[in-house]
Amino acid sequence: MNWSSFSEFAAMGGYGLYVWGSFGVTAVVMLGEMMSLRARRKALRTLEDDPPDRVDYREGAA
Amino acid sequence: MDSKGFSWYHFAAPQRFYRLAGIAVPWIGALAALLIAGGLVIGLLIAPTDHQQGDAYRIIFVHVPAAWMSMVIFVAMAFWAAIGLAFNTRLAHMIANALVPTGALMTFIALWTGALWGKPTWGTWWVWDARLTSELILLFLYVGVLSLHAAIEDPRRADRAAGVLALVGVVNVPIIYFSVKWWNTLHQGASISLAKAPSMATPMLLGMLVMALGFWAFCIAVSLARVRIVMLERERHTAWARQAIGAAT
Repeated sequence: MNWSSFSEFAAMGGYGLYVWGSFGVTAVVMLGEMMSLRARRKALRTLEDDPPDRVDYREGAA
Repeated sequence: MDSKGFSWYHFAAPQRFYRLAGIAVPWIGALAALLIAGGLVIGLLIAPTDHQQGDAYRIIFVHVPAAWMSMVIFVAMAFWAAIGLAFNTRLAHMIANALVPTGALMTFIALWTGALWGKPTWGTWWVWDARLTSELILLFLYVGVLSLHAAIEDPRRADRAAGVLALVGVVNVPIIYFSVKWWNTLHQGASISLAKAPSMATPMLLGMLVMALGFWAFCIAVSLARVRIVMLERERHTAWARQAIGAAT
């Protein structure tokens, strides 16, 4: 263990803002990505049944 | 198909891929959580303070894994785009498509943590040196692939256009990687090289490698989760996808 107290750990030798700013934003981005995936999955139900996938894209077909 | 012989086409069947990925996601996700937790313990609690940079160096434990993944994912995306373009396989394009947001977020993390590391060590948040600039271009390429795909309504046309951009953009990856060798940059050289013994203390190196493996697992898990959603979004006119949507949401 590198630290003798929690306040020492939180201060990060005076670099707390930079260290926690890095780790914090990384955590927010990763958790946010997981939450947005969950929301996108939930939204599947509300999509219409017929995606534009079925458009015939062969030449001359359109 | 030969029922005895092993065939990759076996796994290219959407339903099968969807099911296998669904089994893999929670396991790989759990592995990611364990590795990242272990990496945080090593990196934030056990690894000693650096005698030059003080505790600011601890940013390395998120910065380097994210920067690695930003490049690895771009190469993976270009690879699947190439497969998709060459063999006209929709699943390959869907995999390429599902990798883009994760790659863009990893690039953002690398740039953000790099700025927060640059301020206390270099005295500036940002410099227009080769490494930083080429990494910023990587973010623009990710955003470009994403918006190009979103701008074209027919998914197959969108796949091809985004795939071509991914293939063109992948030349930027070696430029990023070798930028610290080719040009005089403020950014330091590679932290780890296969050619020489690592110049880092053991707990620092170990923490970084564990975090890197954790980021690998995280990226694989979220990309697989996303490709499953993309598959359902795009195959929802088929019976199997409709059934899966009913079961999964």
